[in-house]
Amino acid sequence: MKAFTYERARSVEAAVKAAASVQSARFIAGGTNLLDLMKLQIETPAHLIDVNHLGLDKIEPTQEGGLRIGALVRNTDLAADQRVRRDYAVLSRALVAGASGQLRNKATTGGNLLQRTRCPYFYDTRMPCNKRRPGSGCGAMQGMSRSLAIVGVSDACIAQNPSDMAVALRLLDAQVETMAQGGAKRTIPLADFHRLPGDTPQVDNALQPGEMILSVTLPKPIGGIHVYRKVRDRASYAFALVSVAAVFGQNGQARFAFGGVAPKPWRTDGADAAASQGAKAVAEAALAGARTTPHNDFKKALLRQTLASLYRQQEAQA
Amino acid sequence: MTSDGFTRRHILQGSAAATAVVPGLTQAAPPARSVSAQEGSRMMALDMKVNGRDVHLQLDPRTTLLDALREHLHLTGTKKGCDHGQCGACTVIVEGRRINSCLTLAVMHEGETVTTIEGLGTPERLHPMQRAFIVHDGYQCGYCTPGQICSAVAVLEEIEAGVPSHVTQDLDHVGWSDAEARERMSGNICRCAAYPNIIAAMRDVAGEDKA
Repeated sequence: MKAFTYERARSVEAAVKAAASVQSARFIAGGTNLLDLMKLQIETPAHLIDVNHLGLDKIEPTQEGGLRIGALVRNTDLAADQRVRRDYAVLSRALVAGASGQLRNKATTGGNLLQRTRCPYFYDTRMPCNKRRPGSGCGAMQGMSRSLAIVGVSDACIAQNPSDMAVALRLLDAQVETMAQGGAKRTIPLADFHRLPGDTPQVDNALQPGEMILSVTLPKPIGGIHVYRKVRDRASYAFALVSVAAVFGQNGQARFAFGGVAPKPWRTDGADAAASQGAKAVAEAALAGARTTPHNDFKKALLRQTLASLYRQQEAQA
Repeated sequence: MTSDGFTRRHILQGSAAATAVVPGLTQAAPPARSVSAQEGSRMMALDMKVNGRDVHLQLDPRTTLLDALREHLHLTGTKKGCDHGQCGACTVIVEGRRINSCLTLAVMHEGETVTTIEGLGTPERLHPMQRAFIVHDGYQCGYCTPGQICSAVAVLEEIEAGVPSHVTQDLDHVGWSDAEARERMSGNICRCAAYPNIIAAMRDVAGEDKA
């Protein structure tokens, strides 16, 4: 790792202030992604601001009947929370489908939203990568792209967002609450939080430099049957090739969000509108405009079959 | 494994025995070996409770908890496998929870309580999970074993606490099954593939707990 200085922030305001005053400072929460990237010198912050002790580790009801999840709530605690298990089961299911038990004990809600792509070319510093080194090119498009995105991609980047948690949060219409430099708070819908790569793939999300995630809010429960189906190369502890988060409601209505196929948690109005027409229609609507490589074209069929499997399961249980 | 059990068991027990005389566990820890002074990092003071003892260290902030345990406290039971959180050999229990000690900075654990394989039991008083791993041959080369045992101990506590997993059928009813154990241990890789015997050891201890 490159040398850095470290401080333990004493308040949210102090953390945000510190981030503004030191160049190339980064917040550190669980550290499970950031430290990995620092060891590889993909991330080289000069200063780390430890935000683990700011009281942001609580889950509280909101006035609107939803939940406010502190940015520092660990993945394990969020998945195990009784209210989440009861009212937002798709979130519990998505969380426990991700990473390993050890990592979930450390990884946080805010950190999970900020985790970077697992594209092999982003991780290999000998390779070109527009996300890691803007303008250097993309090694993936003509390379090993099997795991990478097929919708929302650009000529500059086809990296996928690796999060399971974010797919469930997207399905649930979560919002991200932040504090920016100067102390101003704002709310960002999760739909707008992660960016598509366009010609600036190095910018993953809507946060400004030094802006800190305080919490994630969930609207009041929507009922229905919650499922999260993840397809991967091994039964556990692997990133998704494709994943589907779904809530099945009455009269054939359902909503869907997808992981493993896009640079951000993927959700389309068309897919939800096609719910009553079955898996094939939902998959076609979700992947409209897909741009695949010979290596990852299989994801179209895999997503369709995964949806078909979910539909069969719902019919069997109805 | 029965024919050469002597070697492996004695290596396992011997490594636990060595910890009883580890100098790093005394109040005055050995000096840090970091070269950071030349590279511009400031050394930082760190107090933790490791295996029941108070330790005080001066560390480069880059030092992972894993390196602090192994290189500074000379608690070499915890192993460095991949150093990227993929293999689980570095698993230790911090504040009652299993984590990858390679993916966390030591200075982030000021004032916290750390338990390593050396702190779970001693050769004279083995932790039930350590004994079960020996009885069921839950290891071959042994390199991943300290991480496996720390993880296994914490897994049983997580099941007891009702933390759901990917294979939990009903999120409100969390209990022991072989499938639960396999899923929850997926962060601990064993290249010798001692998995069936690791599950047998865990099943044994889970049964003991209920008896």
